[in-house]
Amino acid sequence: MTAVGLFGTYGGRFVPETLIPALDELDAGWREASTDSSYRAELDELGRTYAGRPTPLTRANRFAPGRRVYLKREDLLHTGAHKLNNALGQAVLARRLGKHRIVAETGAGQHGVATATVCARFGLDCVVYMGEEDMRRQRPNVERMGLLGAEVRPVDFGTRTLKEATSEAIRDWITNVETTYYLIGSCVGPHPYPAIVRELQAVIGREARAQMLETEGTLPEVVVACVGGGSNAIGMFAGFVDDQNVRLVGVEAAGAASLGTGRPGVLHGARSSLLADEDGQILDAHSISAGLDYPGVGPEHAFLRDSGRAEYVSATDEEALAAFRQLAVTEGIIPALEPAHALARAADLEEELVLVCLSGRGDKDLAEVLAQQPHQVDA
Amino acid sequence: MQQDRAVSLAGAVEPLAKTLVVYLMAGPATPELAEAAVEGGADVVEIGFPFSDPLADGPVIRRAAERALAQGMRTRQCLECLRESRERIGVPLVPMTYSSILEAYGWERFADDARAAGATSLIVADLPAGERPELRRVQLVAPTSTDERIGLAAEQTDGWLYLVTLTGTTGARRELSPTLAGLVERARRFTAAPLYAGFGISTPDHARAAAGLADGIVVGSRAVEVAEDGPAALREYVASLRAALS
Repeated sequence: MTAVGLFGTYGGRFVPETLIPALDELDAGWREASTDSSYRAELDELGRTYAGRPTPLTRANRFAPGRRVYLKREDLLHTGAHKLNNALGQAVLARRLGKHRIVAETGAGQHGVATATVCARFGLDCVVYMGEEDMRRQRPNVERMGLLGAEVRPVDFGTRTLKEATSEAIRDWITNVETTYYLIGSCVGPHPYPAIVRELQAVIGREARAQMLETEGTLPEVVVACVGGGSNAIGMFAGFVDDQNVRLVGVEAAGAASLGTGRPGVLHGARSSLLADEDGQILDAHSISAGLDYPGVGPEHAFLRDSGRAEYVSATDEEALAAFRQLAVTEGIIPALEPAHALARAADLEEELVLVCLSGRGDKDLAEVLAQQPHQVDA
Repeated sequence: MQQDRAVSLAGAVEPLAKTLVVYLMAGPATPELAEAAVEGGADVVEIGFPFSDPLADGPVIRRAAERALAQGMRTRQCLECLRESRERIGVPLVPMTYSSILEAYGWERFADDARAAGATSLIVADLPAGERPELRRVQLVAPTSTDERIGLAAEQTDGWLYLVTLTGTTGARRELSPTLAGLVERARRFTAAPLYAGFGISTPDHARAAAGLADGIVVGSRAVEVAEDGPAALREYVASLRAALS
């Protein structure tokens, strides 16, 4: 294995030859942009004037009594989730590379909405692939994408969720590589995507760190984030990875625990920790939350796990649903089902000063949550 | 004579007739189908080891892979299929699959076991040239490949160089891609190894046109479709391609 794009033994570029020149072009474009102060300045301005950065750091007083739990409010970012940080940065990059057509995959629909949003803002053609099962359980996001001018293409085979949507987006990119930019939604995929997405989401962790120091005068003892592909977590962790006394905890869906129960394998262009059988065939993931329902994870997370810098635990559908409702009635914030997994585990940590990434809002999940537990009354 | 010429892929191929490579998905009927393909005039048979998420494949091969997996064609069964095919035919046999399969099996172990089962070489669709150069395999180049990468692939390839004719996934297309001529011309500058063009070739007309430019052709999706109708149908189809190449 060459040294290109590796996190330890994970990562790399496992793609058909057709995509290698595009990845080389992307890599060169990214290196140039990330050291170009005008690119940084443009992203900062878009963050401030369009997206709503900086997002607040909210102290949760009633969610976990007796402890100081802080929520990094990516749910308050324009479009309702952290995905826009990445979509904005990559859209500006696509424009710099002269691409006019954007293709993306989406699970819960938040990345699809973020991509459709930036394409509307910049006047780019937008095609989003989404599994039919996900389209059913995240209907509001499908509607939003349409209103924003994107073409949503249903994927009707396999598990009909994020895994197949990602494969179709990549196949589209292979077919239209000269005109098209693949705007990947998480820190997965072939190099340089995992690194790009981490850098674009690192604003979460860096901002939160500064806010925490300002508010509490000290760093958190533990940072918690949900992990599907892993983008909000990697962005949050990026702010604290060099602070050795800060514990980093990622929370996966129990039925999609690629880091907790997976094995090394190759999916969507990268070697990582996957839900795969002993033959290397990818297994189906299961989660009530579409955004965590993915049998893979970003290669950098696999590296952080193996090196011991971060730990990965899981939460069940039931625990996530309970945490969803708990945050709503104790803090007046309805989280997305994805970060509800992080909230579920944050509640039983030993540490006293806890920082949780609230990666998105739960409007998209109302129908699903109410269908599961229509008459539940919280204690 | 076709068989003798085809078996020795490592050396230069005499351009008496063009090489016909037929791709089949591994399955219970594949050894018999491979035999039918060779009877129809195939010089090389590729056997697809199915993968759950085949990025380089369009709907036909993707669906064939799903069916194969549903029939239990795991790595062990595919190697057995390879072995049984080798017992029936003398032409080169080349398994084609994806990195995840080798990662799980062990890269070297897979290469060794495939060879022991009768494989002449190997194709890994998502392992680009430059990665794992020690894994001897047929390399692929695409219309988007830079000259430098064509040179690298040509240097590392085992036997022949696979020219992907179009920018896209596998699957029959109506017309032969216009990018093939340019790709052949560039590849010829870098290597004397045989150049076989594949992806999107399905009809005798495509075959004739592609073979006019390259040293041979690879037919995948259409062969997989025809194979569903049985060995006789496949033999007839392959024979129509062979006739177009002569």
